[in-house]
Amino acid sequence: MMKNLLYRLDVKGSPYLYIVPFFFLFAAFGIFPLAYTAWVSMHEWSLLAETHTFIGLQNYKDLFADEYFWNALRNTAQIWVLSTVPQLLMALVLAHVLNQRLRAPTFWRMTAVLPNITSVAAVAIIFGQIFGKDYGLVNWILETLGLGRIDWQAGTASSQIAISVMIIWRWTGYNALIYLAAMQAVSKDLYDAASLDGASSFQQLTRITVPAIRPTIIFTVIISTIGGMQVLAEPLLFGGASVTGGSDRQFQTLSLYLYEVAFSRFDFGYASTAAWAMFGIIVIVAAINYFLTSRLRRS
Amino acid sequence: MTDTLTRPKRAAGANAPAPSRRYKGFVERRPGKLTYLALTGLALFSAFPLYWSFVVGSHDNGILGEVPPPLGLGPNLFENLERAFGTIDFAKALANSFMVAGAITISVVLFSTLAGFAFAKLAFKGRNALLVMVIATMMVPTQLGIIPLYMLMAKIEWTGTMYAVIAPGLVTAFGVFFMTQYLGEAVPTELIEAARADGCTTLRIFWHVVLPVSKPAAAVLGMLTFMTAWNDFFWPLVVLTPEDPTVQVALSALASGYITDYSLSLTGTIIATVPLLIVFVALGKHIIGGIMQGAIKG
Repeated sequence: MMKNLLYRLDVKGSPYLYIVPFFFLFAAFGIFPLAYTAWVSMHEWSLLAETHTFIGLQNYKDLFADEYFWNALRNTAQIWVLSTVPQLLMALVLAHVLNQRLRAPTFWRMTAVLPNITSVAAVAIIFGQIFGKDYGLVNWILETLGLGRIDWQAGTASSQIAISVMIIWRWTGYNALIYLAAMQAVSKDLYDAASLDGASSFQQLTRITVPAIRPTIIFTVIISTIGGMQVLAEPLLFGGASVTGGSDRQFQTLSLYLYEVAFSRFDFGYASTAAWAMFGIIVIVAAINYFLTSRLRRS
Repeated sequence: MTDTLTRPKRAAGANAPAPSRRYKGFVERRPGKLTYLALTGLALFSAFPLYWSFVVGSHDNGILGEVPPPLGLGPNLFENLERAFGTIDFAKALANSFMVAGAITISVVLFSTLAGFAFAKLAFKGRNALLVMVIATMMVPTQLGIIPLYMLMAKIEWTGTMYAVIAPGLVTAFGVFFMTQYLGEAVPTELIEAARADGCTTLRIFWHVVLPVSKPAAAVLGMLTFMTAWNDFFWPLVVLTPEDPTVQVALSALASGYITDYSLSLTGTIIATVPLLIVFVALGKHIIGGIMQGAIKG
């Protein structure tokens, strides 16, 4: 009788023991801080002050009137477009090239993903040198070609291009591997039929592959959106660890602005407002992505 | 959202029979010289920035200003390394990074395997709802909770310590999802039922049946987790000090300031990158497999 009870307890109850560590730790260090951010955002809450006054939505009102916030949002969106569009297009083509009967396929895949194992801090520092004004490699090439030097950091467009190049370099191969995994599941018969009909390799990519792996493409767009909202190390280290992202904030991203408000001004309440606004933007963009693409799928 | 998340995995799972197409005949696209030329160009593009860090890190600053700049390796690498270790305590930083990444890896693999086992092979109330929660949380940008997290760490006086870096990394939703997927396919349900019929407790089933089977996936998850933890930047930067840093924080301290000492800071990137490069060269094949099985951007 006792043994039977223990057996039933083991079968019915023990599964929860196996999942509890995950849920407990994730709640404590993941969900709780994110949710508590909303509470902090409704206070005048400085790291240095003892008391925290509840001020309702005042921080949100301030945020929407804050030109630095809109500037950071604009920069983030521009960098996101400049980096994501070429990145995903190049990843598609690269995956298409890798999706052949290559010699040494593992070697080529490894070269594609090599940038991704390089730390984001290292990437930002190395490219900061390459895009340097005086000793940078890019400027040396430009000068050799007779095009003149560019102060990459000083301009809005040039600094954002430099940062986008860092992101493109680090993530293109990774996305290509995700696409490659999806492409390998596409029926080979489709390609056989297409090449019998005389379709070129490029036509096969656009007519067969892209429609077939569309769910994966949507997936990478959403993931890139979330990643794009969190770009921080590149602008921070490109500007020599300055939190403003250039003298005119020309490449300050939202994450960098959040970092500035929280850990340079120590205004936790207002920084939480910015964080919660970013969360809202991510949800909205992901939802738009999802609905647009699911409508596409239906039609 | 669930739908888009599971697709890449399903796609990867279906690639197993692919090698047989090799014998099927004429229609396979055969790559020509142009393909290999393009791929070689790509390989150079991928490797160049890393090579460049060695070029800059092996010269002294004066030579870098010359026209044309040096494109080969110089004689000053060891001198620069000595300088870097003298400027910032990189020995401590490397030890910290190994400790942090190691602890996070062990924890993520252990808890993901436990939870993956429960989700994939055990029946319990609320299982599906809880699994959907896991998948949904994969998309949650927890980085945005950084301010309360910092307040929490300050309250328990963990700021400036490695505990503060390790704690938020102890579990990942991706790890649970990854192991659930793998164990669902790799462990035959009949085997578990047979073990139960023989009177095995769930824990013994986990230990003797599931754990041995989970090894390949655990290894892949471990490598991906280690790399992510090693490269993590934002949170360690917030919660640690340059006096007791991880490698990435040390690197950022080295690159701070109005005038950047490029030889020094790019030598720093060599120190930060080489450990992972070694792992990558040795185990790259498995890392690639892991990414293709549906890794998530961190």
